[in-house]
Amino acid sequence: MVSPALEQQNEQAQAQPMQWFKSLLTPDVLAPVGVGLIMLAAWEAAVRLTNTPPYLLPGPILILQTLFKEWPTLLPSWFITLKIAFTALLAATVSGLLVAILFAQSKWIERSFFPYAVLLQTTPIVAIAPLIIIWMGSNTFAALVICAWIVAFFPIVSNTVLGLNSTDPSLVNLFKLNTASRWQTLWYLRLPSSLPYFLAGLRISGGLALIGAVVAEFVAGTGGNQSGLAYQILMAGYNLQIPRMFAALLLITCSGIAIFAILTALSNYLLKNWHASAVRHES
Amino acid sequence: MMGLNTSDETSMESSPILTLEQVGKTYANGTVALQDFNLKVEPGTITSLVGPSGCGKSTVLKIVSGLGELTSGHLTWADNSLGRSKRSQRNPHKLAYVFQEAALMPWATVMDNVRLPLKLAKVPKRQSLEAVSDAIAQVGLQGFERCYPRELSGGMKMRVSIARALVTQPQILLMDEPFGALDEMTRGKLNQELLALQYQRNLTILFVTHSIYEAVYLAHKVVVMASNPGRVIAEVPIASPHPREPDYRTSPQFNRYCRDVSHCLYQAMGDSLAIAL
Repeated sequence: MVSPALEQQNEQAQAQPMQWFKSLLTPDVLAPVGVGLIMLAAWEAAVRLTNTPPYLLPGPILILQTLFKEWPTLLPSWFITLKIAFTALLAATVSGLLVAILFAQSKWIERSFFPYAVLLQTTPIVAIAPLIIIWMGSNTFAALVICAWIVAFFPIVSNTVLGLNSTDPSLVNLFKLNTASRWQTLWYLRLPSSLPYFLAGLRISGGLALIGAVVAEFVAGTGGNQSGLAYQILMAGYNLQIPRMFAALLLITCSGIAIFAILTALSNYLLKNWHASAVRHES
Repeated sequence: MMGLNTSDETSMESSPILTLEQVGKTYANGTVALQDFNLKVEPGTITSLVGPSGCGKSTVLKIVSGLGELTSGHLTWADNSLGRSKRSQRNPHKLAYVFQEAALMPWATVMDNVRLPLKLAKVPKRQSLEAVSDAIAQVGLQGFERCYPRELSGGMKMRVSIARALVTQPQILLMDEPFGALDEMTRGKLNQELLALQYQRNLTILFVTHSIYEAVYLAHKVVVMASNPGRVIAEVPIASPHPREPDYRTSPQFNRYCRDVSHCLYQAMGDSLAIAL
């Protein structure tokens, strides 16, 4: 009963490019794409039929045109926003993992410090962003990264702590019987057990890091000399360049979707052999 | 029992590898899990502990393995290095535990799962390879080394679990209802293979089960337990010679032993019911 499953896997591995293309033609992909196209067509038609001026609501075609026309100014801003988001996500991942491992070392550490991790989550970033920007002085980039980090940090910590504490009790006993050291138990048992939880947290944090970056940029406003997409949106708003605003918004949305897709693919790749969330069901 | 053994192992078997005397276990909430528990485990034999749920069968294994502490009485090993000293100082390779569920690491292949005890003992990978493939072969899982647990059936997972226990060549194997979750056919097959393995390698096994048939089929000695508090109510030596073939299950001898054991069991349950009422 096992060998057919294995063979199937091998075949899947060999025919991967083909498989990938075929997977685009499934109802799971076709249905939402179809809905999206219909909505866009309806939007375009409504804007044209009612003669809505572009400064109230531009149609999708105009937005795309603006995106290409404004590309030279939007691209650097996009890079800046992405740089902030990725730096914050990286910092949140590393610090989140380390803090989670620290929490998992003793119930007392977790009890004492976990409420303060919650504090980070419940603090409205909009309210404290100005303070952080003032504190960081001229280093706006660092201030924005800190803001985005605050937003992205908690899901990783709370999920990983949950994962580290969700080890199979029989396996814990097995490690004890084999006189495993604390380090061995962490490395060979608790960290692998927590991987699905950590990855779920990472997927949430990926989107949050981007949102955090944009929100912080909004608060920082037009002050910085290196300005991200939020600055472009603000400026476009002041100047009533609504198509430009939508174009910037489109870039942010696409980035968010891309981050989620990449992290989902990473998660599926890492868990493909064992976790129910990533295993392909043959039946 | 000893008279039926063909070899002159009788003198060896008379000195138990493990002795529990007057062992008691009381939990912090006052529950008495075990009271005046006595047990001798002879080397090279299977000892079954059978009894209703909550009679402390598993507690005995926990105490023997060092996962749980006893609150009174004595536990003595023939080989001093096994017991007495703290768990952290004990040579872990002399004792192996098979749990009710297979307890495999889902992210690791069959091979890596079986290698785990050696890896934790920091045996270099190359040196451990032979022992690992040997253990895998013994449970009949050649060809599945690279499979992940999710690709295996319940019975195969349990085989991996047994291979993992055997890989360190333990002096005593503790098994806590290992086949309880399997279907009857698989269970019978694994019983059969366990008997063959025990005979070949002269293993010492302490086997916990709630199945009277399984207990009698496997064991040299069945220890019948009752609950409230957990205690021994009878020791039934099963004198049928090893290795036992599957048709032993239908023999009059087997039936007689099962009847004896179940008689003890139900009598004790009736008693404790009477006390409870």
